[in-house]
Amino acid sequence: MRPFDYIRPTDAADAAERISGAGVKAIAGGTNLLDLMKLQVETPKVLVDVGRLDMASIAEDGAGLRIGALVTNTNTANHARVRADYAVLARTILAGATQQLRNKATTGGNLCQRTRCTYFTNTDQPCNKRKPGSGCGAIGGVARLHAILGASDQCIATYPGDMAVAMAALDAKVHLTGGATGERTVPVRDFHNLPGQTPWQENVLETGEIITAVTLPPPVRARQIYRKVRERSSYAFALVSVAAIIAKEGGKIARADLAFGGLAHKPWHDPRLSELLVGETPSPALFEKVADTLLDSADARGGSDFKIPLARRTLIAVLTEATEDQL
Amino acid sequence: MTAYFKQDGPVDGAALDGMAQGVLGRPVPRIEGLAKVTGTATYAAEYDVANLAEGVFVTATITRGVVKSIASEAARAMPGVLAVISEARMTTRAAQGTAGEAPEQEPQRVSYWGQPIALVVAETFEQARDAAKQLVVEYDADTGVALDPATATSEPQEDEAIDMGDLNAAMQAATYSVDMTVETEGHASAAMEPHAAIAAWEGDKLTVHASLQMLNYNISELADALDMDETNIRLVSAYVGGGFGSKLGISEDVVAAALASRELGRPVRVVMSRQQVFQCIMRRSETWQRLRLACDADGKLTGFGHQARVSNLPGETFAEPVLQSSHFLYAAPNRSLSMDLVRIHRMTAGSVRAPGEAVGMPALEMAMDELAEKAGIDPVAFRLRNIPDRDPEGNLPFTSHGLAECLRQGAEAFGWESGTRKPRHRREGEWWIGTGMASAARVHNASEAKARVRLTADGRAEVETDMTDIGTGTYTICAQIAGEMLGLPMDRVTVSLGDTDYPRGPGSGGSWGAPSIGSAVYLACKALRGQLAKRGNIDEADLVLKDGAVEGGRSVADLIGGEVLEEIGHYEPGTNEHDYTSSGFGAFFAEVRVNHWTGETRVDRMTGAFGFGRVLNEKTARSQCLGGITWSIGTALTEALHFDPRDGHLANPDLAEYHVPVHRDVREVEVLMLQERDPLASAIQAKGIGELGMCGGAGAIANAIYNACGVRLRQLPMTPDRVLACLRD
Ligand SMILES: Cc1cc2nc3c(=O)[nH]c(=O)nc-3n(C[C@H](O)[C@H](O)[C@H](O)COP(=O)(O)OP(=O)(O)OC[C@H]3O[C@@H](n4cnc5c(N)ncnc54)[C@H](O)[C@@H]3O)c2cc1C
Ligand code: SF4
Repeated sequence: MRPFDYIRPTDAADAAERISGAGVKAIAGGTNLLDLMKLQVETPKVLVDVGRLDMASIAEDGAGLRIGALVTNTNTANHARVRADYAVLARTILAGATQQLRNKATTGGNLCQRTRCTYFTNTDQPCNKRKPGSGCGAIGGVARLHAILGASDQCIATYPGDMAVAMAALDAKVHLTGGATGERTVPVRDFHNLPGQTPWQENVLETGEIITAVTLPPPVRARQIYRKVRERSSYAFALVSVAAIIAKEGGKIARADLAFGGLAHKPWHDPRLSELLVGETPSPALFEKVADTLLDSADARGGSDFKIPLARRTLIAVLTEATEDQL
Repeated sequence: MTAYFKQDGPVDGAALDGMAQGVLGRPVPRIEGLAKVTGTATYAAEYDVANLAEGVFVTATITRGVVKSIASEAARAMPGVLAVISEARMTTRAAQGTAGEAPEQEPQRVSYWGQPIALVVAETFEQARDAAKQLVVEYDADTGVALDPATATSEPQEDEAIDMGDLNAAMQAATYSVDMTVETEGHASAAMEPHAAIAAWEGDKLTVHASLQMLNYNISELADALDMDETNIRLVSAYVGGGFGSKLGISEDVVAAALASRELGRPVRVVMSRQQVFQCIMRRSETWQRLRLACDADGKLTGFGHQARVSNLPGETFAEPVLQSSHFLYAAPNRSLSMDLVRIHRMTAGSVRAPGEAVGMPALEMAMDELAEKAGIDPVAFRLRNIPDRDPEGNLPFTSHGLAECLRQGAEAFGWESGTRKPRHRREGEWWIGTGMASAARVHNASEAKARVRLTADGRAEVETDMTDIGTGTYTICAQIAGEMLGLPMDRVTVSLGDTDYPRGPGSGGSWGAPSIGSAVYLACKALRGQLAKRGNIDEADLVLKDGAVEGGRSVADLIGGEVLEEIGHYEPGTNEHDYTSSGFGAFFAEVRVNHWTGETRVDRMTGAFGFGRVLNEKTARSQCLGGITWSIGTALTEALHFDPRDGHLANPDLAEYHVPVHRDVREVEVLMLQERDPLASAIQAKGIGELGMCGGAGAIANAIYNACGVRLRQLPMTPDRVLACLRD
């Protein structure tokens, strides 16, 4: 850890003003940032502690719900409306980390958590994300956790989080403040970037911009599933995960929103999948076709080859579960 | 006085069973438990020492070569930085268990990625850690360094090899046979408490608080490393937050702290980071194993072949003793066992939780399952049929042998359905469900041990030895043995461990701790009973002590008459070691579910039945078995060290990515313990238990996976990707 200055801003505007220039970072629960600072993967000169700002409540937002950037993962997962109307969100959160971590982890911090690529966290290894131009250690190395969709020759890391996968399936919106354009709203589906040639630009946050809240659209009556595949049954990041919100009407699929974790540099959402599913009668052949589409550009570059069949099978399992015994 | 006993044959253990106090064997909770859960037990790094400086290691970023220069000016100029130390006496590898020496290793010579090369010392930990990152190190790196165990040069291990009869002929003549290979990946000990030391000098006298398992050897190792006299060293490890083999030998932190402290003239603390513990202490070698088993139509083994390849750094003699129990577990006249050690540049391979059997037994038991299936015999019956009367290689008698009993009791408790078994016979929704079993075996060792027991004037007992308690229950069983022998309730016995100012214990390792130190405590107490009998004019055989008094007579305090009585018990194994083969035995039964879609495997329930001589404490012994079964689950399903193929660095050096089982992975576990006495195992008729619970368990899980979904996996851990690669729809 490098020495740093610590600032406690008075409100969101003050925070945004102070988070300007290189070397300044926001800190919320600290469960990701502090670990990375100890390893000197992150070396901010100034920490702006947004943790005490007034962004820690969950409120009705029309028929939807507004979850403040500082609501802890525990409070979101336990919230009565979340559990009743957005079960997939509660499920993704509870599938992540541990109770102790979830008590500290926040909405904003969770969205911005960084990859678990172990070349990224090992400062004695090359990594384009940590040190632009140094190369990608994971390519040709140990890359079990790595991407099969949307990767580049510069970086094959995955976004590791669970919560954002549900938010992508729900088509939630991220509310930002403090950037050049002032307040703005970005769909969760567009919040994270693919690595391309700039793997260090992980999301659309501009300098000085902070997350204030995430809003969820009005709830839908649908089956909501989160399936997280991993070697041990808890306290591990997803090898592959699928969030699904699926409704049937008259034997046909009326709604199908899917998002995937563990496959890419962002929670993966492919609009073609809904198009294939909606209006169709569920069948193994249909599910195979959906899986083919999801994976038509899959490329594993070595260590994560296994994720291609695993993603296929997990998706089919979820679609099967979501559509059986549902009229 | 010293009560010395060398075990050249069976002991008459009736003595212990005839005592009146009734505390031995009971499920007494750990006597230091409250201190631990309330945070008042002081671990190595937690001592409050005045004027303490903090040291942090700098580690190598090449695989092999030499450090040409270390540019430390910038680091030295940083606030609080006191020194950058890189001297020849620093160790770069932890000593192997029972080495008793730690020769110069020259940190400038790099033999694996992540090796310590220097220590930065500063006023605060944060300053030292930051400065350690700022050193600029120039290397002369070698190229073409051997990293792949499959292709590196190998050295046959003659000591491990045996050839009896003609295995090839037996394989050809066999009615049924299997010839298969199993591969297992490397493991880390993964103890919770990192390696840590605080060293302080007073003149020529050095005191180190450290996290170590075997102070009796560690003191010699440290003396050797520092080229000083043992009598000037005091090592203290009162509490150890798990060792699992990783703290058997003196580790780099201890030597570096002592050297830095001498150089700076003030106490120095060195705590390894989690990543450093992973990358520069010990790994269990990955293994490649070939099993060749042959049997006749009746399921009698006629041939037994077990061939292994393991790896280590050049210069290290330790070779994961994969074949250890294969030498005696099953009878077969034609035998061929052999082992190769290949030299590669990953960190030292050494003792990690049940070295040898932890990976050798699962492989053997997987092969036994396949052969039982071929022969159409129930796997429990198949094993029962092949238990030898005597060690099939050395023709030695066994000390107690509970395998058959464990197989029977375990099968019954588990509800094992004997008979023909078919894979893929039970499906619940997405899950294939199946059962499997395996034998357990772990060689028993005892070791020389001394303990002092003192009866104070007020009739309390004090036990003192440098033996350690690494979380296993040593404090408690020492108190129970003393309480039992001297007729004292638990609250009148105090136990002091982990300090080399006390008599030398055996150290915690190889599961020999409890039988060995227990024997020493027993011998001391027996001698004290002799003294008390004399004072009370009672024949020792008639002396009944209970609750601090002679039954129906004078109190112990009264007998002592204001004095302090003291005895040192000194136990040593004797010819029993050579005249017999001794092992703990057991049986595992597992029920697993394998997900048809994802290949995820979960262990629904496991039963372990174990026979290991006298049960000293039902609770701590059971906990050891539970721990072993937990590690069995880790070995079977999740644990694997992943090394980068290009520079050999460990790519998952922390507990987030090195996956040990979590609570949710360990569901229903049942432990049965035979009521056994082994008069040849130790003076207290007990064998080791710590490691037995993981010696074969992963094989039971592998066999259950096969029974569930029809997939015979030949690589551990059996992760979802490996299951899926073989799973048919
Ligand atoms: C051992 C372990 C296991 C874990 N397992 C899982 C898992 O299985 N699944 C999972 O999803 N997660 C897992 N996590 C990650 C955990 O969910 C994240 O660490 C946590 O959500 C981060 O939230 P935080 O508030 O602590 O963020 P911080 O550490 O405070 O910040 C993280 C990042 O977010 C930025 N940030 C924080 N708040 C804002 C804001 N309002 N606006 C803009 N930027 C902001 C910070 O600048 C920083 O870059 C695990 C973590 C650990 C340590
Ligand atoms: S995958 Fe990305 S994060 Fe990992 S080493 Fe390569 S560039 Fe760095």
